[in-house]
Amino acid sequence: MSGGMKQLDLRRFPGFFAITLACVAVLYAPLMVVAVYSVNESTSITRWGGFSLAWYADVFTGPESPKFQRAAMNSIIIAVLAGTGATIIATSAAVAMHRAGRFRAKTATFALINLPLMVPEVVTAVASLIFFTAIGFSGGIGTILLAHLTFCIPFAYLPIAARMQSISDSYEQAAMDLYATPREAFRLILLPLMRPGIFSGFLLAFIISLDDFLITNFVKGAGVETLPTAIFGAVKQGIKPNIMAISTLMLGVSVAFVTLSWLIGRSGQKTQ
Amino acid sequence: MIGTVISIDRVEKRFGTFTALHGVSVDIADNEFFTLLGPSGCGKTTLLRCIAGFEPVSGGQIRLNGEDIAPLPPYRRPVNTVFQHYALFPHMTVLENAMFGLQRLGWGVVDAEGRARQALELVHLSAFLKRRPGQLSGGQQQRVALARALAPEPRVLLLDEPLSALDLKLRQAVRMELKQIQRETGIAFVFVTHDQEEALTMSDRIAVMSDGRVQQVGTPREIYESPANRFVADFIGETNLIEVPVLNISNGLAEVSLPGGRAIQCPTRLVDATQGVLSVRPERIDLCAPSEADLIATAGAQVYLGTDIQLKAHLAGGEQMTVRLQNAAATVLPQSGARLGLRLEAGAARLLAA
Ligand SMILES: Nc1ncnc2c1ncn2[C@@H]1O[C@H](COP(=O)(O)OP(=O)(O)OP(=O)(O)O)[C@@H](O)[C@H]1O
Ligand SMILES: [Mg+2]
Repeated sequence: MSGGMKQLDLRRFPGFFAITLACVAVLYAPLMVVAVYSVNESTSITRWGGFSLAWYADVFTGPESPKFQRAAMNSIIIAVLAGTGATIIATSAAVAMHRAGRFRAKTATFALINLPLMVPEVVTAVASLIFFTAIGFSGGIGTILLAHLTFCIPFAYLPIAARMQSISDSYEQAAMDLYATPREAFRLILLPLMRPGIFSGFLLAFIISLDDFLITNFVKGAGVETLPTAIFGAVKQGIKPNIMAISTLMLGVSVAFVTLSWLIGRSGQKTQ
Repeated sequence: MIGTVISIDRVEKRFGTFTALHGVSVDIADNEFFTLLGPSGCGKTTLLRCIAGFEPVSGGQIRLNGEDIAPLPPYRRPVNTVFQHYALFPHMTVLENAMFGLQRLGWGVVDAEGRARQALELVHLSAFLKRRPGQLSGGQQQRVALARALAPEPRVLLLDEPLSALDLKLRQAVRMELKQIQRETGIAFVFVTHDQEEALTMSDRIAVMSDGRVQQVGTPREIYESPANRFVADFIGETNLIEVPVLNISNGLAEVSLPGGRAIQCPTRLVDATQGVLSVRPERIDLCAPSEADLIATAGAQVYLGTDIQLKAHLAGGEQMTVRLQNAAATVLPQSGARLGLRLEAGAARLLAA
């Protein structure tokens, strides 16, 4: 019996390890190239000329640095505001969905909240552009912020709802049994218990906003740049190694945030 | 009733088309350890939730000290609950858990902490004040839940199967302790269980429930010795139920004809019946010579229970009887298949409605 099980184990298929290795290589090789050439001494992006952090210095002090710094600032402001807004909306939605018990359209509502995750991003981008044009918004930080807020909600919602699912409603009942008003039960019991999910959701929404290019590029209008659109603009005039340095920095920030989000989500699970 | 703290008056509870409580009426006295006992699904938790305020009643009234509490939300009812799975707040320490109710009532931190410490001392948890619930054993968590619910000194404490998550040894130890705490605090306890032994050993009075109805209310002794009906007799302890014709009934005493023809007298609540069910506890039946017996039977299987030995016996009509014999040195056990005489001890049998 156990022998039979072993043969069904995918990892035992001949060549499986090689395929895995190939997939990982295809996924990460380009990132590796970018990371490696970001510390290249040479101005060429294809020839290795020795180790140097010059291009990182160039990002912060070089001729293009004011442009990138302004773009980075825009990105961070938008990510913080959109992430915060999306987290607040997602938290309210999760509480409402949880509290509503079983209502007729619950599954449909859940699908509706999460559908944007499945819609091709370019469709959302076009739709956002048409919508903002129709209501007379003409680009700028405010428009980008609104667009980000919208598409960040489902990303914030997922970890929060997952957390919510694991919180039994008997905690709130116990609180109300002990003379807490519904408001106090929410503030003193439910909210602290949801906190890991809320953090996790915020970090995810933040990083999704920070990294977004497509939708931003459609709705931003002229003259305003976020870091990804600024990088794209710079690349159009030829790839210089400082682009690799910026990209590597962004990659680092993304990995750090996603890892943090995951760790917080997991640690929250353990205290339950 | 004098000193009634909570009066449950013809309470109905419907969930959609399903009726979980059919006109339940019970009065619970101050200082009383009152138990709701019944099989799974009979409505015990539902009744507790109605008292606590988590479910609105569909009919009838629940009065606390004579006042209808229907308009009060759970957080305005001077009633606390020990939940089945405790529902301790995982992000608070033991002490903070115990202080929670007092602080919501507007107590200052110092006073609340003093009272919470007292409550935790009562349940012997003074050494664990700074721990989180996740760092406690099941038995300790149960005590925290008890202390947390007792600290605000509610008029009534509701306990929904608080011992069911504990292992057998611990459960037996906690029973006596719980009873003692009830005595010390003088708070009325409404205790839910489906464990009849738990109910019999702890309670001042028991309400036996089935299918959303109260079948009988009484002291453990009354419930066990004078069951009101067939359900109660069968649910509480073990019993033998024998269908018998009734010869006559007068003044609570019935004369019935046993299988085999012998007539005996037994107590009953019935006033008029031609047919009934005789309930006889297995430990109230003795073996004797067939010539002196009330019933003649054939010995069947034996089960060794340590202090007792359980013996199955078959009557000529096919009815199966259970007899419990003490495992004493002098006890002589019959061979399987042997002819037995069974004698019902005085007052052992009780006539119930068929
Ligand atoms: N919210 C609800 N909606 C519909 N039916 C319910 C609801 N709550 C309870 N019931 C039904 O009411 C009946 C009584 O339930 P209750 O939980 O009071 O039983 P119980 O006596 O506490 O049983 P147990 O010993 O298993 O805990 C059950 O048949 C149950 O299915
Ligand atoms: Mg129950």
